Amino acid sequence: MVKVIIPTPLRRYTGNQEALELEGTTIGEVLAQLTQYGDLKKHLYTAEGTLRNFVNVYLNDEDIRHLQKDQTPVQPSDIVSIVPSIAGGR
Amino acid sequence: MLNPDLDSIQLLPEEYERYSRHLILPEVGLAGQKRLKAASVLCVGTGGLGSPLALYLAAAGIGRIGLVDFDVVDASNLQRQIIHGTSWIGKPKVASAQHRLLELNPFLQVDIHETALTSENALTIAQDYDLIIDGTDNFPTRYLVNDTCVLLGKPNVYGSIFRFEGQATVFNHQEGPCYRCLYPEPPPPGLVPSCAEGGVLGILPGVIGVIQATEAVKIILGDAPTLSGRLLLYDAWAMKFRELKLRKNPECPICGPNPTITALIDYQEFCGIPAQPEAPPTLQEGTVQELQQRLQQGNIVLIDVRNPHEYEIAHIPGSTLVPLGDIEQGLGIENVRELAQNGEVWVHCKSGMRSSKALQLLAEKGIQGTNVKGGILAWSDQIDPTVPRY
Repeated sequence: MVKVIIPTPLRRYTGNQEALELEGTTIGEVLAQLTQYGDLKKHLYTAEGTLRNFVNVYLNDEDIRHLQKDQTPVQPSDIVSIVPSIAGGR
Repeated sequence: MLNPDLDSIQLLPEEYERYSRHLILPEVGLAGQKRLKAASVLCVGTGGLGSPLALYLAAAGIGRIGLVDFDVVDASNLQRQIIHGTSWIGKPKVASAQHRLLELNPFLQVDIHETALTSENALTIAQDYDLIIDGTDNFPTRYLVNDTCVLLGKPNVYGSIFRFEGQATVFNHQEGPCYRCLYPEPPPPGLVPSCAEGGVLGILPGVIGVIQATEAVKIILGDAPTLSGRLLLYDAWAMKFRELKLRKNPECPICGPNPTITALIDYQEFCGIPAQPEAPPTLQEGTVQELQQRLQQGNIVLIDVRNPHEYEIAHIPGSTLVPLGDIEQGLGIENVRELAQNGEVWVHCKSGMRSSKALQLLAEKGIQGTNVKGGILAWSDQIDPTVPRY
C-alpha cells in the first residue's frame, strides 16, 4: 500500500479523507485506482491520459515529470502527493 | 537597490534604536540593515497575504515599499487583512495600507499604485523595484506577475492559499525555476473555487504572508538560503509543513533557453476567461422583487444551491437547499426534478454565480429555471435587511 496525500480542493471526492492507501507498483497503477473516487481522476488526467498541466504529482519530494512519469516505480513506504495549482491570496 | 554601496547609506540615530535587535544579530548587523534600507519591494495586493507581509517589511526597515491594489476595504476583509482597520471600510486599500505602514515606521517611503496590475502597466510599475511579492488572488494576475519578473529579471516571492492550505516559494531567483516551471498552465476557470467562494481560515494568509516577507528580507540580506527550488506546503488544519523539490523546466516557454513568450500577453485569454463574459442565451433571470411576488403567489419552487453551512447563516424563507456540489455529482438533479413538479423552478445562491452554473447543468438535463439576480445578497439589500449579509 502506498500513501497518497489528497489536497484540500480535491477532498470532496474522497469523503474528506486527507490521505488514501492504494495498491500499485508504479505511479500510474496507484493513480489508476482513483477512478473509484468519482471524478477525482478526471481532475488529474486529460481524456487522453496525460497529467494535466495545473496538477503536479510528487513521489516523496520529487516531481514525477522529472522521474519516469507514470512509469515511476513506487515502494510501499513511499508517499505520493497530488499538488494542484491554487491562487488565493486575498 | 540590491547590493548597494554600504558607505553611501547612513542610518539616523532613531533608526539605530528602532532596529537594535537586527543590529546585534550577526546575520543582519549594520551592513544588513543598510541593505534593507536601500532596498525596494513591490507588494502586489494588499489583501490576506499582502497585509501581514507589508507590515513586517515595514517593521524590518525596507526603505521603499510599493503597494498595488485597485480595491476598497470591505468589512468581510477584516477577518484576515490585518493591515486595514474598521474606520477604513469603503476607502482604498492602498491608502489604508500606506497610512498603517507609515504609522508603524515613518522612516520609510511607501509608494501607492491604486490600479489593477495589467499587461499594460506591469513592466512600468515593477521596473522601479528590486523584488516583487505576489499576494494576488487569481490565476491571470499570478501569471502576469511571473512573466513580468522573468522579463525584468527580478525575484518573485510567491505565496498562495486555499481554505486551510498554503504554498510558498521564491521564483526566478539566481537561475531558479519560475511559476510556469511549476505549473505550465492554469486550471480552467471555475474549477478551483476562489477564497470568496470556498472560504479561507483568516490566520492562514498570516502564516504564508510572513513566510513571503521572510524570504524577501533574506534575498535582500544576500547570503541566506531561500525557498528557491523548493515548494513549501502548509496545512493549517493538520498543522503540517512539507517541502517538495522544484526544478527549472528546460522547456519553460518564458525562462527556458528557447523562450516563446518574450513580452507580456493577454492573461485573461491565457487563463480561458472570455473578454466579455457572456450570459448563456438560455439563462432566464428574475429580480428579487419578482421573486418575492412569485413566492407570495405560491406557484414557484425556490432552490438554494449554496452549501449547508451557508444556509445555516442565512436563507430565504421557503427555499429548499440543494447544494451545487450535489447537482454537479448528479444526485441533486433528480432532487430538483422531483421538486419541479410543485411549480416553476427559481434558483439562487449568494450572488448569482453558482446558481447560473447550476441552471446550466439543470438545462443540460432538461430542467428549465429562472436565476435570481444578485442572489441572497440582493434579497438582503432590497427585500429583507434582517437576512444577514456574509
